[in-house]
Amino acid sequence: MNNENLFELSNVSKRFTKGKETITIFEDLNMQIKKGDFMAIMGPSGSGKTTLLNLLGGVDQPSTGEINFDGQRIDNLNEGRLAKWRANNIGFIFQFYNLMPMLNAAKNVELPLLLTNLSSAERKAQVETALKLVGLSDRAKHMPSEMSGGQQQRVAIARAVVSDPKFLLCDEPTGDLDRQTADEILETLQLLNKEFGKTIVMVTHDPSAAKYATHTVHLNKGQFVKEEELVS
Amino acid sequence: MKDFYLIYKNLTRKKMRLFLTTFAIFIAFLIFGAVMSLRSALNAGVEMSADNRLVVVHKTSFTNPLPYSYVNKVQAIEGVSKVTHANWFGGYFQEPANQIVTFAVDPETYMEVYSDLVVPPEQLAAWYSNQTGMLVGERMAKANGWQVGDKIPLSSNIFSRKSGGQTWEMEINGIFKGNEDKIDTSYVLMHYKYFNETQTFGGDNVGWLILNTSNADLNEQVSKAIDTEFANSNAETETSTEQAFNKAFVDQIGNIGLIIFGVVFMAFFTILIVVGNTMVLAIRERTGEIAVLKTLGFSSIRIFKMVLVESCLLAFLGGLLGIGVAYILIKGASEQMARFLPNLSLDQDVFLQALLYMLVLGLITGIAPAIRALRLNIITAFGRG
Repeated sequence: MNNENLFELSNVSKRFTKGKETITIFEDLNMQIKKGDFMAIMGPSGSGKTTLLNLLGGVDQPSTGEINFDGQRIDNLNEGRLAKWRANNIGFIFQFYNLMPMLNAAKNVELPLLLTNLSSAERKAQVETALKLVGLSDRAKHMPSEMSGGQQQRVAIARAVVSDPKFLLCDEPTGDLDRQTADEILETLQLLNKEFGKTIVMVTHDPSAAKYATHTVHLNKGQFVKEEELVS
Repeated sequence: MKDFYLIYKNLTRKKMRLFLTTFAIFIAFLIFGAVMSLRSALNAGVEMSADNRLVVVHKTSFTNPLPYSYVNKVQAIEGVSKVTHANWFGGYFQEPANQIVTFAVDPETYMEVYSDLVVPPEQLAAWYSNQTGMLVGERMAKANGWQVGDKIPLSSNIFSRKSGGQTWEMEINGIFKGNEDKIDTSYVLMHYKYFNETQTFGGDNVGWLILNTSNADLNEQVSKAIDTEFANSNAETETSTEQAFNKAFVDQIGNIGLIIFGVVFMAFFTILIVVGNTMVLAIRERTGEIAVLKTLGFSSIRIFKMVLVESCLLAFLGGLLGIGVAYILIKGASEQMARFLPNLSLDQDVFLQALLYMLVLGLITGIAPAIRALRLNIITAFGRG
């Protein structure tokens, strides 16, 4: 594996069985994601974007092929090891924020740190840093219901980065936000990529959002295609 | 421990639901505490019976008397070590409603057979030598505020005095207690001789005999020998262990065990459905959140444990409140009912049983939603793939 690559997918296939029918999402897909990359994945519905995201996030496993992350093969890990791997390496940002409604912002951000051996004081310090990074230090005690969509997504970003993962996976992070708020969120992601060296993969339908990435790949019917091929 | 805050927040996220569910569990354990304490009080006499103590009553009914001559005949039977006898006096103090359980007994032999009763020696000696004296149980004395030396007019709702009236002037010579707390001391002992000589009805009869066998292994053999001895006489006997006798006495009220089981089962079954349904709904509502936790790296086993701990906490919250209030109520009632149910208390055994049932309730109601959470597939939960 190339040391510059954080992710390497080799001949990955993914098939689902629905009744007697087998649906193929990918067939022999190959892909590399370089360390420090900010990649946008675009494509029409059903193109396999979310399935790819699931594979990269270790919440799903390929039918065949290999997935390597920073030199470690992850496609053959069992559920428990995958959960640990996700906790140690991946930060997730969802379209609908997915915050715990009964926890305030600080407690939501603290969630991934419950999986570490950090003391309460250390966890508190990291939560403060993460909230400061997304500009929500003054909202630490606010409940999700007391915050706007943009603020909730910032909390979700703080939660994603609080344990300092190498890799951020964003599933349409601005899909539920107005343009101005979306831009603010994307600027935050850009900051995390440029200033903090986070490798980011973002699935989006929004070409404006994709512009914040260092490059964009297009997925169609389970294959990467060039933009002009997609248009044609 | 780090997950406790999360569990606590999940448990308290819907205050009204938490209140109603806790209240349902509270009621179940309140009922449990109360009825189990009642059963324990009713069975105390059965539990505290000596292994080698037998009771001989009239075969037709234990209310029928036996001839006094049976005392010596029973004493002569092989395997019998000590024999005494007792008569029901039917006593009350001042008002018929103020019942005083009173037995007319032969003092020396009674105290030998009931060696688990403890009396200061000087009080015992005073009672032995005073025919109009009586020995009062500690609980009975406490309930009436009686002390040694008090003169008590004890009336009978069954017997009359030869000299007229139904009241015997008695003096308290001593106060006895049991060598264990559970031993009933809510009764009074008077001299049989005084009772027999002064009453107008059916002299030289005894209510029942109580005897010790030299060895509990001989109980059956001795019982048979006694009943055979008096077979085909005017007063046939039925001999049983004191335990069986007391149990039969308690069972006159009804099959207490079955009633208790029925009440407790109904209460718990209802609560099981209510709490189980609540937990299933609560976890179903949190499907998305559980999927998020799993995505973040919380293992399935960890989430499984969190759900189980939550349901157990709920059971313990309602259960401890219920058993706590039951304890307070029983404590209050025990003073009012000391005469009828001297051993009414919510004891350690009932409390430990309640704790066990809380744990079982928590596990049973939590297991289905916990398994659901354990098996929850992230992709399915997010509705994507």
